[in-house]
Amino acid sequence: MAPGIATNGPGSSPGAAIRDAILAGVIALGIFGPLVGLKTEQNMQNELIITTRWGTVAIIVAIVIFGRFLLTTTIWPAIARRKASDAGPSRTSVAVKAGIARWFPPVGLVFLFVYPAIVVGLLGFQGSLKWVDNFGIQILIYVMLGWGLNIVVGLAGLLDLGYVAFYAVGAYAYALLATHFGLSFWILLPLAGILAALWGIMLGFPVLRLRGDYLAIVTLAFGEIIRLVLINFRELTNGSAGISSIPKITFFGLYSFDISAPNYVAKVFDLPMSSAYYKIFLYYLILLLALLTAFVTIRLRKLPVGRAWEALREDEIACRSLGINTTNTKLTAFALGAMFGGFAGSFFAARQGFVSPESFTFMESAVIVAIVVLGGMGSMIGVALAAVAMIGGTEILRELDFLKAVFGEGFDPDQYRMLFFGLAMVLVMIWKPRGFVSAREPTVFLTERKSISGSLVKEGHG
Amino acid sequence: MEIFLQQLINGITLGSIYGLIAIGYTMVFGIIGMVNFAHGDVFMVSAFIAMIFFLLFTTVLGISSVIVALILVMLIAMFLTGLLNWAIERVAYRPLRGSFRLAPLISAIGMSIVLSNFIQVAQGPRNKPLPPVLSGTITLMERNNFAATISYKQILIWVVTAVLLAGFWYVVQKTPLGRAQRACEQDRKMAALLGVNVDRTISLTFVMGAALAAVAGTLYLTYYGVVNFSDGFTPGVKAFTAAVLGGIGSLPGAVLGGLLIGLIETFWSGYFSIDYKDVAAFSILAIVLIFMPQGLLGRPEVEKV
Repeated sequence: MAPGIATNGPGSSPGAAIRDAILAGVIALGIFGPLVGLKTEQNMQNELIITTRWGTVAIIVAIVIFGRFLLTTTIWPAIARRKASDAGPSRTSVAVKAGIARWFPPVGLVFLFVYPAIVVGLLGFQGSLKWVDNFGIQILIYVMLGWGLNIVVGLAGLLDLGYVAFYAVGAYAYALLATHFGLSFWILLPLAGILAALWGIMLGFPVLRLRGDYLAIVTLAFGEIIRLVLINFRELTNGSAGISSIPKITFFGLYSFDISAPNYVAKVFDLPMSSAYYKIFLYYLILLLALLTAFVTIRLRKLPVGRAWEALREDEIACRSLGINTTNTKLTAFALGAMFGGFAGSFFAARQGFVSPESFTFMESAVIVAIVVLGGMGSMIGVALAAVAMIGGTEILRELDFLKAVFGEGFDPDQYRMLFFGLAMVLVMIWKPRGFVSAREPTVFLTERKSISGSLVKEGHG
Repeated sequence: MEIFLQQLINGITLGSIYGLIAIGYTMVFGIIGMVNFAHGDVFMVSAFIAMIFFLLFTTVLGISSVIVALILVMLIAMFLTGLLNWAIERVAYRPLRGSFRLAPLISAIGMSIVLSNFIQVAQGPRNKPLPPVLSGTITLMERNNFAATISYKQILIWVVTAVLLAGFWYVVQKTPLGRAQRACEQDRKMAALLGVNVDRTISLTFVMGAALAAVAGTLYLTYYGVVNFSDGFTPGVKAFTAAVLGGIGSLPGAVLGGLLIGLIETFWSGYFSIDYKDVAAFSILAIVLIFMPQGLLGRPEVEKV
């Protein structure tokens, strides 16, 4: 057995640290040696051949040895010292944190509203496309999904690993009804939400008696079932080929963003043609939808049902003995979460113009759950920050072209996107198991509203 | 009748593989109450390790006997996968022990993403086909041009699974390590007070689960002859389904659940529709959990205040 993490206090000798680092290197060699060093490739006869890459293995092992040595000699002792000397948060740091907590939401909100203007001002309409679409809209969709799932996971404490099923229901509801019946987005948006909520109730009713991990696994199974049905029910959904040419959203039927339409927005206002108008319109639409989710959640938390959710999360037995109908309480959370998932889904279908089962894999559910937990379950700001960090961070990896200069022309940073995403999930959990924002403000208080640390309560909320 | 027999043989073969993976889930859940989401991907990595060493032995080192090569490959895969899972537990799960409920699960999901993407980057996204090994079959029954056959590969899978399960059963029931594991499963704090090295026991549980997954990976590779970086998810979820179906925490339950899931899947694709075989497996999971949340052989969970 290698020396444990906890035993490597500040007092351990450099010799032990070196031995420990070398052991880590040997283990890394065992794991990475065959998997990285021996690359299998198909030759012209479709036979697998082995090519060796011992240089890469040597670099990885060296990084592991050096990293482990640094950890045991410098980083862990430093953390331990800080913990030992830190008697509690100082008065000024508390004041600074409270200030940030008070000013961050309004400032962030203003920034979100002027963001497209800033980007257009800096880069012009054509240059803004990527920043509004890949960063703005993409991140906001995940913020909305995160906030929607936050009702289920963060407030009601029900671990739902199949949330993407409701996203899929919303997306397919819009895609099918819009292409077959030509209905407008503004009719189908509420309809998609209602349909998703109905599915939420239908699926939730039998499974909500289950607890914890069992609920997680059944919701995962339902998510997979919906995806598999979407793939195999070819008559309705066109299978894995998906549904394409989904109509664009109109500006409440007044103006269209379709170039061939008579009321195309650029024609009406005599503007130069650009696809940026539609992107900017979509940006504000998803921003408003996300804010609607946040608004409803914040208001609901103050209603009896919201308090029942949070009570349920902390202690189900206590809730039952106090006469709360746990099934109804869970169902409302499930249905509401599903409804916002459905809204986001129909927006997604309209934005892409194309849906296929590929977009609704388990990985999507996992990413959304990860955003909620990394952000700090129940915290709206935390979830938004996690979405920005995880989705924005991995999107930025696409942009890092300069890495090609460092690692050679064949280097494709996009390949490493999900690898870094997974690593970030593990590291954030180890660093802050309660998520980015773990302090909570109680919704009900006696004389004075106090933030408390997440570690003081069972599930990490006040 | 021939079709029934054939599906039975195929189902037991598939079920053996699921059962071997399911043990890893059920042991980890039993001992630390955590759904080890990365276990399916550990299984996939083990199949890659087996593929690499099989190639190394047959093409580079020139070992001509397939059986010798397979045994060597299996042992190496067991060792390296055990090492990998040990390292994963140390890095990603142990710091989170005693933390709140969802943290290890999220860490495990992250690890699962890391493993599959690491293999994609390191070994490439394409399928890795092996030349067929052990390709003979034995005909059991033949009528109207349809023969129920059992292949040497299937016999190999049955034999290896049976031998390993017997050995594993012995370890858990009769050795000090097994006793320590069962003690930790019942009450970790009390076991620690009585002198059981809990950390070491948990580490070895991960190693044992990974070693069984590596056997499953090697068998999967010889059976299908191809492996891909994304092959961890579906067998992983199905093996977890098997563990839950059999009653999570129960070792015979995991094997029974694995066999049942394998049989349901093959019979469904044989008699109804191959497209919906996974839907059938997941629906059974949902139905069992709704009506019998403790699973087939699990102990009912009594919740106390």
